[in-house]
Amino acid sequence: MRNENVLGRFVNKYAIFFILIVMILALSLLSPYFLTGQNLINVLITESGRGILALGVAFAIMSKGIDLSVGSVVSLVSVIVASMVQESSYTARIFPNMPYVPALVAILVGLVAGTLVGVINGSLIAYTGIPPFIATLGTQIIARGIALIITNAYPVPMLRQDFKQIGQGNIGPIPNVVIVFAAIALIAYILLNHTKFGKNVYAIGGNVNAARTSGIKVEKNVVAIYAFSAFCASLAGVLITARAASGIATLGNGYETDAIAAATIGGTSHAGGIGTVPGILAGILILGILNNGLLLLGISPYLQQVIKGVIIIVAVVFDMRKNAKRR
Amino acid sequence: MEQPILEMKNIVRTFPGVKALSNVDFTLKKGSVHALMGENGAGKSTLMKCLVGINPPDSGQIILKGKPVVIPNPLIALKSGIAMIYQELNPVLERSVMENIWLGREPMRGKRGVFVDHKAMYENTKTLLADLKLDLDPKQKVKELSVAKMQMIEIAKAISFNADIVIMDEPTSALTNNEVDHLFLMIERLRKRNVSVIYITHKMDEIFRVADEVTVLRDGANVITKPVSEMNINSLITAMVGRELTDMFPKVDCPIGDVRMEVKHLEVPGLVHDVSFDLRRGEILGVSGLVGAGRTEMMEAIFGLRQKSSGEIYIEGQKKNIHTPVDAIKCHIGFLTEDRRQTGIIPVLTVKNNTIIASLGNYTKAKFFLDRRKINKTCSEYKDMLNIRTPSLEAIIQNLSGGNQQKVLVARWLLTNSDILILDEPTRGIDVGAKAEIHSIITKLASEGKSIIMVSSEMPEVIGMSDRVLVVCQGRITAVLDRKDLDQETIMRYATSINNHTA
Ligand SMILES: Nc1ncnc2c1ncn2[C@@H]1O[C@H](COP(=O)(O)OP(=O)(O)OP(=O)(O)O)[C@@H](O)[C@H]1O
Ligand SMILES: [Mg+2]
Repeated sequence: MRNENVLGRFVNKYAIFFILIVMILALSLLSPYFLTGQNLINVLITESGRGILALGVAFAIMSKGIDLSVGSVVSLVSVIVASMVQESSYTARIFPNMPYVPALVAILVGLVAGTLVGVINGSLIAYTGIPPFIATLGTQIIARGIALIITNAYPVPMLRQDFKQIGQGNIGPIPNVVIVFAAIALIAYILLNHTKFGKNVYAIGGNVNAARTSGIKVEKNVVAIYAFSAFCASLAGVLITARAASGIATLGNGYETDAIAAATIGGTSHAGGIGTVPGILAGILILGILNNGLLLLGISPYLQQVIKGVIIIVAVVFDMRKNAKRR
Repeated sequence: MEQPILEMKNIVRTFPGVKALSNVDFTLKKGSVHALMGENGAGKSTLMKCLVGINPPDSGQIILKGKPVVIPNPLIALKSGIAMIYQELNPVLERSVMENIWLGREPMRGKRGVFVDHKAMYENTKTLLADLKLDLDPKQKVKELSVAKMQMIEIAKAISFNADIVIMDEPTSALTNNEVDHLFLMIERLRKRNVSVIYITHKMDEIFRVADEVTVLRDGANVITKPVSEMNINSLITAMVGRELTDMFPKVDCPIGDVRMEVKHLEVPGLVHDVSFDLRRGEILGVSGLVGAGRTEMMEAIFGLRQKSSGEIYIEGQKKNIHTPVDAIKCHIGFLTEDRRQTGIIPVLTVKNNTIIASLGNYTKAKFFLDRRKINKTCSEYKDMLNIRTPSLEAIIQNLSGGNQQKVLVARWLLTNSDILILDEPTRGIDVGAKAEIHSIITKLASEGKSIIMVSSEMPEVIGMSDRVLVVCQGRITAVLDRKDLDQETIMRYATSINNHTA
């Protein structure tokens, strides 16, 4: 009886990682191509952008909020940065008079602009008291609109090689995007586990009244949380744009759902106060491997959607059961 | 002998890392008031949750009215005639008093109606509240009520089920003498109707006033079951703690220094009126009054949790603008709030994180990274000092017993090392042994020159611990009493003084 209990607890706690391992084993049996280095690298490359987004969004979810604007931030940053690094020889540039801007400066401008969206989100939520869902839904639509206005809905192609290199290059055998993803995961981990900010995020999500009474500057932390989320989205926007070799005003559409799904599957609780970086990483990999596996197995992309949806719901039901048990 | 209404035999219940109940027996006679006693974490609430099906037992037998039964959930318990008032209140804050009372069994229009009959609901609630002499508007939102009123609503709700067995898990933890008297009248009436009551409390005197029998648990096992008439306070405490307790109020007289804080003409519209007082170094300032007198609101206004319309606060002679808890903490003020669930614990976080959350700033390296080793060390020191019963510092706080959660909160505020510590009902729900421990810590802080404001509804605590006492009545200070003048009658007289004048 005791043993069962202990085992049960262990399985419960690490369920997400078991699921990941089982999926990997199953797919490597079903498809000989799955477990090749190239395929795995491909999975990582495709998931890096979404992964960075998910890490940021998870902070908002842990604080008992949500960030629906991250997909639009990707788009906005994409067109802003791309418009500054188009080949000067290209005649149909968005801003024909744009002088030469070093790639790094363009990226910096993009990151600042994108993060600003987060600062606005956070300020709206903290100081006007509107629910995060509404605030970020609003900025989602606004940011998407601005991206379309800037480009008139045309793509922004012909980007300079020095910029594209950032998304397409490698350091050693490992693609840059994967390295940035790993770095952000590490930063998120350190923030959550080793800084006051991380404890504040958990406390605000766990019981905002208690957090406030304990002297936590709730408003400032909320602004920081949404700024972090938007910063991650901006970074993803830069990387995805560089890989796509073109700025696109609809680039990030739907990304927010994938990011929220990954964080949720990874055990981030929408009731606030619960979530870990390893869990989120597992959530991202599960979604990525699922995408990849279903593709390798030749399953129709429409059915893939259905399967993904089912998995998300099952994950949340599971998550709720786990928390209910604590009562 | 008449058959007992309820027998629980060999009840075992384990949680991860804890054996909460090992082979506990419990027998309840018809029409009797049975007190269930024991230290924090002894297993009292768990035993009752086994009975009402929240935590069904791992093994053991429940025999209700002579028949073995299995009770898988609280709804079945209610249908079998068992109602429970929970230790941790869980009202639907955004809804009204009446909606809370009739939640899930709203009166309907017509026989098999689909529409809620709000009028009947209102009338039923009115009658129920009048019966309990509760002066409340059935349509008021529960979130506007004090914890004490919420507790009274829970009691009203439990009574409205017309159950054969009513379980009360620390029903008086937020009540003052008057309401307690009132509750006891209610219990008396229940007893006359042959209803059995299981009564859990940490207030010793209540047992002797209300109970017929007492069962004591220690570490999840039976210690004794006896008629109350064969027990006295000392034998009861010895049974609970396993040793004798010498001094409940280990107050040492220490020199009282200069004025540290002055509050002048504090005003919160409708709640606090023209409150002025000072607080000295090394002083324990008791604050007494009836529930709803505005004591908590006064403290919240001082701490910046509640907007004040006017009034000034001076600390060390300097005027301070305190608008938020952050400002207050900067002025070295700490505030242990009375409402454990709403403003106290962060339920899903660990004991450690709950302990450290108000003083993270003192545990950083390079102002940014947390010093985990130092945090672990301090937290385990306080866990030992306050005898907090938890499987580990990494346990989730909501799995601790109520009293142990309270101890974690006490530790949280002790850790902030505040010069001025406001304690609102610091020993609510805490067992006798730990209570004495907390009292001695308060005394020690005062002797180190800290200033303590202690709001308490427990007369013996106020009288036993305070150097001076502010008596509050309807938002005003009606008396400031010196230690030598403290006695129950005087305090009560001032606590009700305005009522008497206007009546
Ligand atoms: N849901 C739970 N998960 C894990 N442990 C639990 C849970 N509920 C209770 N416990 C543990 O069981 C033990 C008994 O707890 P219980 O709440 O019954 O104590 P109690 O006698 O009611 O104490 P108090 O006077 O503080 O209310 C405690 O050690 C507690 O930590
Ligand atoms: Mg209890």
